[in-house]
Amino acid sequence: MTEMTAEALTKAYGRVLKKRLALCVLLAVAVVTSFIVDIAIGSTAFPIREVLGALFQPDSVDVDSAVIVRELRLPFALMAVLVGVALSLAGAEMQTVLDNPLADPFTLGLSSAASLGAALAIVLGLGIPGVPDSLLVTINAFVFAFGSVLLLQAVARFAGGVQTLLLFGIALVFCYNAIVALLQYMASADALQQLVFWSLGSLTRSSWSAVQTLGIIVLVLLPFSLKAAWSMTALRLGEERALTLGIDVGRLRFGALLRISLLAATAVAFVGTIGFIGLVGPHMARLLIGEDHRFFLPVSALVGALVMSLASIASKLLVPGVILPVGIVTALVGVPLFMSLLLKRSHRA
Amino acid sequence: MSMALSIRGLSARYRRTPILHDISLPDMLPGQLVALVGPNGAGKSTLLRSLAGLTEASGSIHLGAQDLLSSSRRERASYLGFMPQTLPDGIALTVLETLLGALHAGRGGNGRDGVEKAHAVLVRLGIAHLAMRPLEQLSGGQRQMVSLAQAVIRDPALLLLDEPTSALDLRYQNDVMSLVRQLADDGRIVVVVLHDLGLAARWADQLVVLNAGRVHAEGTPIATLTPALLAEVYRIVARVERCSRGRVQVIVDGPSR
Repeated sequence: MTEMTAEALTKAYGRVLKKRLALCVLLAVAVVTSFIVDIAIGSTAFPIREVLGALFQPDSVDVDSAVIVRELRLPFALMAVLVGVALSLAGAEMQTVLDNPLADPFTLGLSSAASLGAALAIVLGLGIPGVPDSLLVTINAFVFAFGSVLLLQAVARFAGGVQTLLLFGIALVFCYNAIVALLQYMASADALQQLVFWSLGSLTRSSWSAVQTLGIIVLVLLPFSLKAAWSMTALRLGEERALTLGIDVGRLRFGALLRISLLAATAVAFVGTIGFIGLVGPHMARLLIGEDHRFFLPVSALVGALVMSLASIASKLLVPGVILPVGIVTALVGVPLFMSLLLKRSHRA
Repeated sequence: MSMALSIRGLSARYRRTPILHDISLPDMLPGQLVALVGPNGAGKSTLLRSLAGLTEASGSIHLGAQDLLSSSRRERASYLGFMPQTLPDGIALTVLETLLGALHAGRGGNGRDGVEKAHAVLVRLGIAHLAMRPLEQLSGGQRQMVSLAQAVIRDPALLLLDEPTSALDLRYQNDVMSLVRQLADDGRIVVVVLHDLGLAARWADQLVVLNAGRVHAEGTPIATLTPALLAEVYRIVARVERCSRGRVQVIVDGPSR
């Protein structure tokens, strides 16, 4: 019980901050490494040198390799990283603003709503007039996912309370699932197969325009997330405490839910339902560095990116010659990582 | 700086149910520790929450010239510190990080600048050795100390505490209340909700006895706590006696009727 001087405390805290920055750098390096390996692996495997050549000096490699790397593998691998960032960041903010460690972007029915939108497009061909057929499923999924969150926001505004929001969200999940089941029951065998495949979550739908759209959304929203970091940290101390510290909790929550719905709805619209990341990414970040949101949010994003990128690699390796839908493998890749962190912590405690 | 807290004609509702009816109290002065006591449901917490701006209220609450009821959340936050009954569970933050969060939230700032400020508060409360410990590893009593530190990190003129000693052992009850006393002696106005009349009598300068949303009595502990009052407000038969050191003790003999 030695008393700590102010100087000693400042130093100790400085060391913690340095460690955290180092961890961020380490994670970023891991993401980049995994990303490059993800590009190299596939039906034809490229040596890493050739991948780097195709990326940075397209003239140094033959045209076929350059096209495969730049036009096929690159958007695929980038999409994995971006989806990981989007879902995990959304999950982290969600768990804080709803004060619930089990919350993730899908708890409130985002993925079910997206599935409903996709099902309407695939089975009945219903969609927003004027949208080209190639984008019908994507746009429908986005509109339904985003609309669902806006509906929840409206309900929360009138009925009030985080519990109401969660309960109503879960009720909506059942409602959407029921309609999707009805559509599946009526669907033709062909449409049913398409729909099931869509909901498995797959990166093979990644196009450059999809990558750009999600990339822009992530880059635009990230600064807003980070700007609210101190307020989010204070919100962890309890809503009443946060209110008396002068934080407009209602506005903070509204802003966060808006970001969450944009991030998750866009990701789901392009790649289908990918669970697990939004729930476990933030928990892994929490185990690594705690809940100082200045670090918690970026580390959540990085961990999400890493797990998704590794899952993308695994999706190509698990069954030789077949690219599995990535939604199937994320949990398989993520659970061992998560378990090792949990065990490490219980070992320390 | 002599900023008195004046409460006049204060009424408050929860949803549609009126909880507080036309509460007026003598001005509370810097250095004073005022305990709000009364049975469950009397409106103690609602009164405290009205002062904190957490419950909508009508009437007037002034701190010096500042009208707290019409102040913005941010303005109010620069005058008052609020300590809820308990800290939520499952917070993955160290003691220092919770203080930095409480200090910087809504105003920004660099973590490193706040460390010295946080250190000073922790030293004041005698828990500087806990600074780098995760909140989850602390005992209930230590957590309550940290919660108190969060409430005073911005050096508020008005400190509002909601049952700070509930669920604490005797030693921590004493430690927390003696710190609260010191925080008042520093020149703050401290309003604290207490259930334990012994603690209230020992540490508070003034008691406000609430019953059914009205002020039943107010004044010094010695003047206020009487068997007649305890029978009326708490519906118990009780004696109020002085111990060998002159402190007021409430001894409960049983229910009245």
